[in-house]
Amino acid sequence: MAPLQPPRRKDPLKRTPLPLLPPGQRSRAAHHLTAAAAEGRFALPRCAACGTFHFPVREACPDCLSARIEMVEAPEGATVLSQTTAEVPADNYFRERAPWRVGLVKMDAGPTALVHLHPEGIAGSRVRLVLMLDRAEQAVLYAGPEQKGADPMTDPQWREMTADPLHRRVLITDARSFAAPALVKALVEAGAREVRLGLPEAWKPFAAGKLTALPGVSVVPLDLGSERSVADHARDYGGKTEIVINTADHMRPGGALGGSITATRDAMEAVVFGPMRLAQALAPAMIGRGADGPTGAAAWVNLLSVHALAPSPALAGWSAAQAAALAWSHSLRADLAQGGVKLLNLFCGPTDSDWFQTWPQPRVGGSAVATAAVSGLKRGLEEMFVGDVAKDIQARLAANPKAVEREMRQG
Amino acid sequence: MTNSLTLLVSALGSGAVEVVDLTQTLREDSPTIVLPPEFGASAPVRIERISRYDANGPAWYWNNLSFGEHTGTHFDAPVHWFTGRDLPLNTVDTLPVADMIAPACVIDCSAESADPDFLLTIAHVEAWEAKHGRIPARSWVLMRTDWSKRQGAAYANLRDDGAHTPGPDAAVMRWLVDERGILGFGTETIGTDAGQGGHLTPPYPAHHYLHGAGSYGLQCLAALDRLPPTGAVILAAPLKVHEGSGSPLRVLALIPKEG
Repeated sequence: MAPLQPPRRKDPLKRTPLPLLPPGQRSRAAHHLTAAAAEGRFALPRCAACGTFHFPVREACPDCLSARIEMVEAPEGATVLSQTTAEVPADNYFRERAPWRVGLVKMDAGPTALVHLHPEGIAGSRVRLVLMLDRAEQAVLYAGPEQKGADPMTDPQWREMTADPLHRRVLITDARSFAAPALVKALVEAGAREVRLGLPEAWKPFAAGKLTALPGVSVVPLDLGSERSVADHARDYGGKTEIVINTADHMRPGGALGGSITATRDAMEAVVFGPMRLAQALAPAMIGRGADGPTGAAAWVNLLSVHALAPSPALAGWSAAQAAALAWSHSLRADLAQGGVKLLNLFCGPTDSDWFQTWPQPRVGGSAVATAAVSGLKRGLEEMFVGDVAKDIQARLAANPKAVEREMRQG
Repeated sequence: MTNSLTLLVSALGSGAVEVVDLTQTLREDSPTIVLPPEFGASAPVRIERISRYDANGPAWYWNNLSFGEHTGTHFDAPVHWFTGRDLPLNTVDTLPVADMIAPACVIDCSAESADPDFLLTIAHVEAWEAKHGRIPARSWVLMRTDWSKRQGAAYANLRDDGAHTPGPDAAVMRWLVDERGILGFGTETIGTDAGQGGHLTPPYPAHHYLHGAGSYGLQCLAALDRLPPTGAVILAAPLKVHEGSGSPLRVLALIPKEG
C-alpha cells in the first residue's frame, strides 16, 4: 500500500461525513479483552484449570467447563486459514470504508478467530496478532505482518483503529511544560502537519528556541484558565485540531493538613477545570470530525501522574487533583467516543519538572513522555504507564492496592 | 444658590473640568506581579460567564469575577507592607474616605523611562519643584513613564533576572514621605517600586517607606500623559474589602480644561 498522502483541502460544497462507528455491544466478560487492548497487551482468556486458551471470552472453559478463567499474555503468532474482502458490507460503517479485509486465523495459542486482516495476508501466511480498540472502543483482533516492527501504518484498516500523528494537526496545551520540547520534536518526526504550542500568560517570557523553526510548529496564546482565551482559540482552530496533547499541570508539594489549599485549588484549576474548558470548546468540533477522512480528528492525550491512581501523602492536594482529572477523563472519553475520537492517559512517575527536583531517580523526562505519546497514538491505546516508577506502581496496585496506600507514605 | 459643589457640577457640565480615566481595563490577560513560584501567587483576573441571554439566564447577562487584591489598576493600603502593619486605619475598609479625593503632582519621566531601569531621584523631583512649585503635603505624586502604552510582554518586561520597569530609588521615597508628607505615590507600571526594586536598600523602598508612613500606592495607572503637572484631583476609592490590603479600582482625575 502507498504511504498516506497529506490531505487535500476540503471541498466546501461537500458535507463533512458524520462519524459512524462499528458495532459496539460486547458482553461484560469481553471487556477483559478491552482492558488488555487499552494498554496494548496481547492477553487472551485461559482456563485456570486445564490451561486451554480460548477466544472470544466465555463464561466457562469450552473444554472442561471450569468457570476459572484468567487473562494471560499469549503468543501473538497465527496462521491465516482463509481470507475475504468485503466489497459491499451491510453495516454502514464498513460500507463507507470498503473494501474491508477479514480473515480466519488459527492462533499459535490454539483458538481460531475472525480478524481484521492486513493487505498481504493470504491463506497459509503467517501473521502477528494485535489486540486493539476499534473506533467503537471495543477490543478486536488485527492480523498484521509477522515480522516485529513492520509498519502497518500504510494499511487503512490499521489507521482506522489508531490515531497516528502523520499529517494531523496537534495542539499541545501548555508550551511551558517540561515535556513540550520533546513532544514537538517527536510529533514533527512522526509527520504531524502542524504542532501548535499553547502559551499561557503570553506576557511572561517564553524561549521557543529552535522549536518554531521546525516545520509546522507555532506558538499561539492559550490560557486554559480563561474562558475567553479558550473560546477564541476554538474559534480559530476548532476545526483544525485532530489531536490534543494536554500537558497542563501545577504540582506543589504538601500534605493533607499542611498543604496549601490555594495550591490545591490552583492544581485543580490547571489539571481539571482548564482542560474541561478546553474540551467543552474544542471537543464538539473534534467529535464532529471523527470521520473526516484518514486524517480526521483522532485523539485527546492527557499527561497525568500515576499518583492519580495511588495518592502520595506528601503530594496530597496535587494527587487529589490528578485523581479528579483521571475521573473526569473517563467521562470525556465517553463523549469523545461518539465521534470515534480516542482518549489516551499517560500515567507518569515523578518527572523532570522543577517541582520534582529533589525526588530520587528514575524520573520521567520529556523524551520518555514524547516517545510514549507518539507510540500510544500510533497504536491507538487508552492507557500507558511511563517510566519505571509508574510501571512499578501499576504492578503493585494490581497485586495489592492496600499495600500501595501504606507504602506511599514512604514517598 | 451657589456653593463649591454646584460650581464643580457646572464646571463638569460645561467641560471646564474634564474627567480623565486613569484605569487600565481589568482583563484576564492583565499582567500581574511575578514572584518566585515557591511564594504564594496572586490569583489572576478571571471573568466567568453566569449567563448571557441564554439557557442559564434568558434575559440577563452577568459574570462571576475573581482576582487578587493586587491585580489590574489597584490601590495599596498601608497594611500591604510589614512597615505599615501596626498603623491605625491601615486597611482599605478603614482608611479615611477623605483621602480618596486628593490633588496630584505629575512628574513626567516619559523620556527617561525609555530606559527600563530608570530610577527617579531626589534631584529629578527638585528639578520638577523648581518649575512647578513645592509638592504640597497630602497630595499624590504620580510618576508618568508612558509605560501604560505598552502591551503584554513589553509592559511586564520580564527577563531572567526579573522585571525591568522604571520606578523610584530608595532616597526619593524616604524624602517624599519624610520631607513632603505625600498622601501616596502612583505609577503606570506593575508595582509602585521599580521592577528591580527588590535589589535596592531597603528592598522595595516605595512599599517600605510609603506604607510605613501610612501613605498609599497606586499602580498600573494609565493616561498620566493627559494630566497637568499640577492641578489634577484624583478620585481613588478602593473596594471596601474587609481587612483588605488593596483592591482593583477605577481611578479618575478631574482636570481643568486646557485653554
